Amino acid sequence: MSAITQARPGPATIAGPVTQVRVVRAEWTKLRALRSTRWCTLVSVVLIVGLGALIAGSGTAYHVSASNTAAKGVSVALLGVLFAQLVIGVVGVLAFSGEYGTGMIRATLAVVPSRLPVLWAKVIVLAGLVLPVTLVCAFVDFFAATALVSSRGGSVLSLTDPGVLQTVVGSSLYLTVVVIIGLAMGALLRKTAAGLSVFAAVFFVVPIVVGALPQNIRGFAPYLPSNAGGALWDSPLNAANPLSPWTGFAVLCGYAVVLIAAAAWRLRRRDA
Amino acid sequence: MIEIDGLTKRYGDKTAVDGLSFVVEPGVVTGFLGPNGAGKSTTMRMIAGLDRPTSGTVRVNGKHYPGAAAPMAELGILLDARSVHPGLSARNNLLALARTAGIGRRRVDEVIELAGLGEVAGTRAGGFSLGMGQRLGVAAALLGRPQTVVLDEPVNGLDPDGVLWIRLLLKSLAAEGRTVFVSSHLMSEMAQTATRLVVLGRGRLISESSVEDFTGHATTAGVLVRTPETGRLGQVLAAPGVTVIKDGTDLLRVTGATAEEIGTAAWRAHLPVYELTPTHASLEEAFMQVTKDSTEYHAGATR
Repeated sequence: MSAITQARPGPATIAGPVTQVRVVRAEWTKLRALRSTRWCTLVSVVLIVGLGALIAGSGTAYHVSASNTAAKGVSVALLGVLFAQLVIGVVGVLAFSGEYGTGMIRATLAVVPSRLPVLWAKVIVLAGLVLPVTLVCAFVDFFAATALVSSRGGSVLSLTDPGVLQTVVGSSLYLTVVVIIGLAMGALLRKTAAGLSVFAAVFFVVPIVVGALPQNIRGFAPYLPSNAGGALWDSPLNAANPLSPWTGFAVLCGYAVVLIAAAAWRLRRRDA
Repeated sequence: MIEIDGLTKRYGDKTAVDGLSFVVEPGVVTGFLGPNGAGKSTTMRMIAGLDRPTSGTVRVNGKHYPGAAAPMAELGILLDARSVHPGLSARNNLLALARTAGIGRRRVDEVIELAGLGEVAGTRAGGFSLGMGQRLGVAAALLGRPQTVVLDEPVNGLDPDGVLWIRLLLKSLAAEGRTVFVSSHLMSEMAQTATRLVVLGRGRLISESSVEDFTGHATTAGVLVRTPETGRLGQVLAAPGVTVIKDGTDLLRVTGATAEEIGTAAWRAHLPVYELTPTHASLEEAFMQVTKDSTEYHAGATR
């Protein structure tokens, strides 16, 4: 009997502990292999750079004046960001809703049963994808647009002009926070259709509707996520935002933090 | 080892699992039987920490699973064939899970070969048949060489080849000292693979025993007696608690008496007996008998 009662070593296993770095690598494996990621990235690039070049290359060439600052000229060339944000929002929403919709979430959470590392990993890989890609896009767009504008007899815009660098970099920072907000919406709503509808409503429909309201009842308009974040890159939809660029961006980040916190709470508490 | 104690799960006012307590030991295959809707899958989801119990506890290898440092070393689980991402290849589905535990590509390729998915490893899982999805799910459960393996209806949708593969796999996992807990509503399948049985009906534990005990205790077990003297032997055997049913010209079905008792009684009465066969209820019959009051959906019973 002693052979049986003796503590026997457990059967061989090869799995190591779950660490945040490992979960990030796992999420990156998924994100890079999905077709939707590749398509959305490609479409974002085309929208930002293509639309910017189209605007710079048509109509009257941009001339810097007292009311038309160099920064404004750059933000007009970044009009594509307004459309790219929808595509980038899709990537964010799908990162969770895609897993809930297909059932993969059960496999994912079964191997990371503490759950929260999955959310943090998705934040990291999405930001790690969107920030560099849109930053490159914004700079390419800037150089292409300034070259086109000056070749057509417009003003020569430079990165050292006041507010220009902030606008170019700000558009990329804006889109990076947008993808995080999309992620949180996907995690909270779990359904792709619901997530995309709410995202499009918040970032596209509501700002336009509110913009059409009478002046006296749209005092909250600057605090809408897209308008507050638009203050940083001088969004063309957002003509006169009383918020300073970084205050506006801080408001946008505030929305992201609150939504991610709610997503974390829900992920932790609810059945998968 | 899986220890379940007082486990209860309610969804709204519906109780899916009701005060369940049992233990699944390592080294043998334990079958988890019950009609559809009995609460098998809910129990398995709670084992994996995907659903929170309303009350009660689950311990996997003596630990609270969601708190495990290396979850893939503790538990490998197949919940259903559709817990994979259809947009990812079989290999990437597995790789994404493997990465969380620092498991490399070599092990991923190993389980792909083991599951017979070598030729389709690079194609998107969305195009997989139910059987292929099932193989992928089993491969995922085995990735970390876990101490405890939980499989929900693994033979669902598998071809005969796949069914045989699962049987051998379950037995070899148990032989390595792992805990193997496998659900099915196919009793015949459990009879082939399981050593122990946990039977569930309407969320409640109906029985926890070895397969032999489960079938042996079912009341339909009896003895088949072939004799030309059916009438006289029937009279000799008549006693309280013994039923004798005449079945054809030379056949008796006796319940309530053992083969030894019948043989001795026939010899004393000088009656010839040509055949004396103890019959065990099949697992199927035993199961039907044990769960007949607890089936959630009786086929056409109330219509």
